[in-house]
Amino acid sequence: MAENLIDAHNLSRSFGGRPAVRNLDLTLERGEILGFLGLNGAGKSTTLRMLAGTLAPTAGRITIAGIDLLNAPKSAKRKLGYLPEQPPLHPELTVSEYLRFCAEIHGVPRARVRSVVQGAQEKTGLEEVERRLIRNLSKGYQQRVGIAQAILHDPEVLLLDEPTVGLDPAQIQDIRMLIRSLGEAHSVVFSSHLLSEVQSLATRVVIIHEGRLAWSRPLTATPPDRLAASYRVGLRKASAPEQMVERTGAREVAPLGEGWFRIRPPENAAADFPELFLDRAVREGWAPFGFVAEETSLETIFLELTRGEPPTPTEAVA
Amino acid sequence: MIRALAKRELRSLFASPLAWVILAVVTLILGWIFLLQVDLFLRIMPRLALYRHGAGVTALVVMPLFHSAIVILLLVIPLLTMRLVSEERRQKTLELLYAAPLSTLDLVCGKYLGILGFLGTLLFLIFLMPLSLELGTHLDWGLVASGLLGLFLVMAAFAAAGLYLSSLTEQPIVAAISTFGLLLFLWIIAWAAKGHGPGSHILRYASLLNHFSAFGRGEVRVSDVAYYLIFSLVFLVLTGRRFDADHLEH
Repeated sequence: MAENLIDAHNLSRSFGGRPAVRNLDLTLERGEILGFLGLNGAGKSTTLRMLAGTLAPTAGRITIAGIDLLNAPKSAKRKLGYLPEQPPLHPELTVSEYLRFCAEIHGVPRARVRSVVQGAQEKTGLEEVERRLIRNLSKGYQQRVGIAQAILHDPEVLLLDEPTVGLDPAQIQDIRMLIRSLGEAHSVVFSSHLLSEVQSLATRVVIIHEGRLAWSRPLTATPPDRLAASYRVGLRKASAPEQMVERTGAREVAPLGEGWFRIRPPENAAADFPELFLDRAVREGWAPFGFVAEETSLETIFLELTRGEPPTPTEAVA
Repeated sequence: MIRALAKRELRSLFASPLAWVILAVVTLILGWIFLLQVDLFLRIMPRLALYRHGAGVTALVVMPLFHSAIVILLLVIPLLTMRLVSEERRQKTLELLYAAPLSTLDLVCGKYLGILGFLGTLLFLIFLMPLSLELGTHLDWGLVASGLLGLFLVMAAFAAAGLYLSSLTEQPIVAAISTFGLLLFLWIIAWAAKGHGPGSHILRYASLLNHFSAFGRGEVRVSDVAYYLIFSLVFLVLTGRRFDADHLEH
């Protein structure tokens, strides 16, 4: 328990009698990047606000690095950096004025404020705009200021609520790189409704659906010596699926349209199944033009969990 | 940390044209009133010389100035306090303060000291007018000091009420109007206390204005000082309760 940076037990929160988060258990270990995935309104923001100490839970207990957030909020909050869904910026201040203010209210000693602000600006790439008014910055830069504000006091835990929402693709890429680099020094919890984002950043994913923790598992890419759950293959001159099943020994071949098929390897297939399949495809003259291993199939899990079926019992949070 | 909050509050106030316009307008109007009083004083001065214990320049120029200042503050302070919390609520920057290791006491004190700092500046500008009289005559400093103290306490009370009403809403204008309404009501509440009807002394005691008049005569009474301090404290405590309630929301 001492090693867990966040320990949340049985968290519940309701708004006006309508439950937003229900009996949620959550842990964050040192060095983890935890991705919260869920539809809009699933309870991601509410959970993050409770973890940040800005919203009191209706029931439950939260400890941050062993300190009870509800009983000793001041010392627990020192260990937290929080970026709310809408970055809490003062548009009438310049970037460095704003960051200096944030450093001071986070209890950074006066002598260190300057160097701390400098450091956060460097990490988030804000040096060139430090003298500009926040009002005049682009949304991407404003988001960076929000993140700089969260990392200023070098917290052990970073809570980022939808850090890339509303940004253009280039800015999204920048912010993701930034989060990845922050993940080296801090433990991070971030929320997103984008699968690809969680997949590319998180070391563990937590799917929240209707206020419940629906799924929680470490995310690892399929290593080369293991088979993915399924593959997508593009064949220009494919024959009938039944025939392909017969010829390649695949468990299932399902046409996806425009020459693409989803194939599932048989239960006890060897690791060289993809090689053999492609070899066969070439020799049969199916003219393969594309081949993709479908990772852990998070998408399938996510869609199944959020499509209204009762969530399958969860594996206990590691 | 309280310092940082107060400093930020001041900086944001001065970053908006509103604060400068208010300083300018208040100085202009009070300057005009001040000149009128000086003019009046110069006209009646020869007759005053006939009385041995007649009122001096402090009572005839400075105190009316302070009385006028209160009326103007009644109009102006709601405009200064309206954005204290409501603006932060609207911009969602309150989350920043709630997520920081700050207690509710820090928050309330920081906000309040920030606005008091601004009002201190305003008070100083008002004080410069009587000070200029010292060039040509002698002032009754005891009377001026008691007037200034009274004025400051009135400002502090107005600001505390404004801070609380600003914490209740997201709309600065709603905060301004309700603060103005509340202050004006507490101002005129004594009008109902004519004669010696039952409860009339309560109404008279509740009035914000009545407690200032003694300061204007150079009397610093504990009961008046306590009235303004308790008035401010009540609204500060209410503001703190409002901040706490934000964590509980719905």
